[in-house]
Amino acid sequence: MAIPTYAGKLERSWYYSYRVICALIFLFLIGPILIIIPLSFNVQPYFTFTPEMLSLDPAGYSLRWYEEFFASEEWMRSIKNSFFVAICSTIIATSLGTLAALGLSRPEMPYRALLMSILISPMIVPLIISAAGMFFFYSSINLAGTFLGLILAHTALGIPFVVITVTATLSGFDYSLTRAAAALGANPRTVFFKIMLPLVTPGVISGALFAFITSFDEVVVAIFVAGPEQRTIPLQMWGGIREQISPTILAVATLLVIISIMLLTFLELIRRRSERQRGLAPG
Amino acid sequence: MATSYSKVGEMTTNDGVPLKVSLQRSQRKLKIWAFLLVAPLLLFIIVSFIIPVVNMSLRGVENPQVHTIMPNVTKALARWEGVDLPDEATYAALVLDLQEGRKNKNIGKVASRLNYERSGMRRVISGSARKAVKLTEGPYKKQMIKIDKSWGDVAVWSLIKRESGQFTFSYLISAVDYRTNDQGNIEAKPENKQIYKALFGRTLIMSFTITAICILLAYPIAYLLATLPLAKSNLLMILVLLPFWTSLLVRTTTWIVLLQTQGVLNDVLVWMNIIDEAGRLQMIFNKTGTIVAMTHILLPFMILPLYSVMKTIPPTYMRAALSLGANPVVAFVRVYIPMTVSGIGAGSLLVFILSIGYYITPALVGGQSGLLISNMIAYHMQNSLNWGLAGALGFILLVIVMVFYSIFNKVIGIDKMKMG
Repeated sequence: MAIPTYAGKLERSWYYSYRVICALIFLFLIGPILIIIPLSFNVQPYFTFTPEMLSLDPAGYSLRWYEEFFASEEWMRSIKNSFFVAICSTIIATSLGTLAALGLSRPEMPYRALLMSILISPMIVPLIISAAGMFFFYSSINLAGTFLGLILAHTALGIPFVVITVTATLSGFDYSLTRAAAALGANPRTVFFKIMLPLVTPGVISGALFAFITSFDEVVVAIFVAGPEQRTIPLQMWGGIREQISPTILAVATLLVIISIMLLTFLELIRRRSERQRGLAPG
Repeated sequence: MATSYSKVGEMTTNDGVPLKVSLQRSQRKLKIWAFLLVAPLLLFIIVSFIIPVVNMSLRGVENPQVHTIMPNVTKALARWEGVDLPDEATYAALVLDLQEGRKNKNIGKVASRLNYERSGMRRVISGSARKAVKLTEGPYKKQMIKIDKSWGDVAVWSLIKRESGQFTFSYLISAVDYRTNDQGNIEAKPENKQIYKALFGRTLIMSFTITAICILLAYPIAYLLATLPLAKSNLLMILVLLPFWTSLLVRTTTWIVLLQTQGVLNDVLVWMNIIDEAGRLQMIFNKTGTIVAMTHILLPFMILPLYSVMKTIPPTYMRAALSLGANPVVAFVRVYIPMTVSGIGAGSLLVFILSIGYYITPALVGGQSGLLISNMIAYHMQNSLNWGLAGALGFILLVIVMVFYSIFNKVIGIDKMKMG
């Protein structure tokens, strides 16, 4: 992509303007997310940079919104709820989803396309329809406004991600490895745990991360299915943004950005590891 | 000859079972095994997701109110021809049902159900039910018409007859801005009451707009990522993936902070003297706000499929076209772009399907003019409590999404989709 030395004036100017265009689009993608970080340290309850902040005066910055956040019982409870619901639904979604993906990737699986579209449907159906449907259904079996109801609802939403990522990992799986292991005398259980699982694990983990973030970030279904006892972080934010944005929201947003950076880094490390592992495996 | 040959050549296992049969048997076993692995998840999805969604869509045609709460009227009206007023027996049934309904405190459901079809019916039903309690003996026809002269109106009776079935199309008809008039014919609603068709139209147009902007913005980025050396492109990829992994509410909040009239962007514009203090731009809580925020949120869904397609295109193709004398623009348009069509298709359908059902972002930054059909469904679910209409609107939305999804599945295949 480097510019050749023989490039003419026109090509040169196009090359640089292309770079500028790309830089602007990247700015559009990342700028808005980064801008809230300094704003969350604003000493004033404004959503813009004060003159003190611009002159980098320490008096313009404070941790008061973070203090408010950590002192608020409501926010603390919502953190607990969010993690509890997300972890539970991730565990269910990942275990059921991985099992199903193992079945779906077998060559003799009948009706694969049909089954796949059913399992993927929670990702395709507009959330408001899922939410309304679940609201009626869970109310009719007395699960609305309970943790179990919210966990089951979030599990359903997270499942497509697990199924897609694990099936994708398995589609590149070299079944001659399992045959080789079996030929060398390993019983089916050993083959599964020693050969298959280590190679599939990266896919399972990234599927689990997707399921986790799906639940952790979910609002629409939570609005309809969760009761006041189950208020999650996104629900708390949703209420806060709709009524009157307080800068506490920006502090929460900053913390959430940090969480997503952590998740992203984790995912990247797994990806690299699995690439190395696959590189070692005979192709 | 042929049969005897096959008999001689038929191979068997040690137990004497023909090999073909044995193979089929073991194949079937494998099939059952594979299915058993999928079964728990399938059951879970069907119970916790498919049934609720189907149930929700069915609400758009279910019509239990008149049928169950006014069973006698329903029965009596079944043999009514709808020309003159019904007979005395029907009025007696009406009084009986109103009294029962008032006693069981569920007559209000009928009242609000009929009020959707004809305004004023709530008052007619509830008022009559209150007064009908005092009636003890007939003839009821005259007394009921005296209580409310609507009972002397054939149109009211036809309405009740029409809505006394277990199922109704009136929500679906209403969801596309039509209604049934007093003569029982379907006609367009008056202009000022037509809202849903326009809203569906706006949802489609805005989704198209967002998809188009996403293509324009994603293409250069995906191209850059696909052509840079891996180390650099991995680094830049983080800039795409971070928004993808960041909470939807955070991204929506940040646009409110940036675009509101006292927000960062307006401050910058004032500071640069492009606009003055009084001329601060209204960039959010309208259509612009929805489009900008949703484009930002959905852009990674366009970049990622485009990138994965572009990565597979060998750079030699472009070089070949150039060395054969094509001008770079021609080479790009005639050689490179056609090879990325599948990526454009995948990304566009994904972005389009997601944006058509969007709820959170329009609700927060859309103001009045930037609302989409999902917001209307939420309104009928939470505020007007007209769940039948919410079901009908949801059903139509679901059908639209399913059409685009099946195109997506035919053209690209959901199992080919990659994430992250």
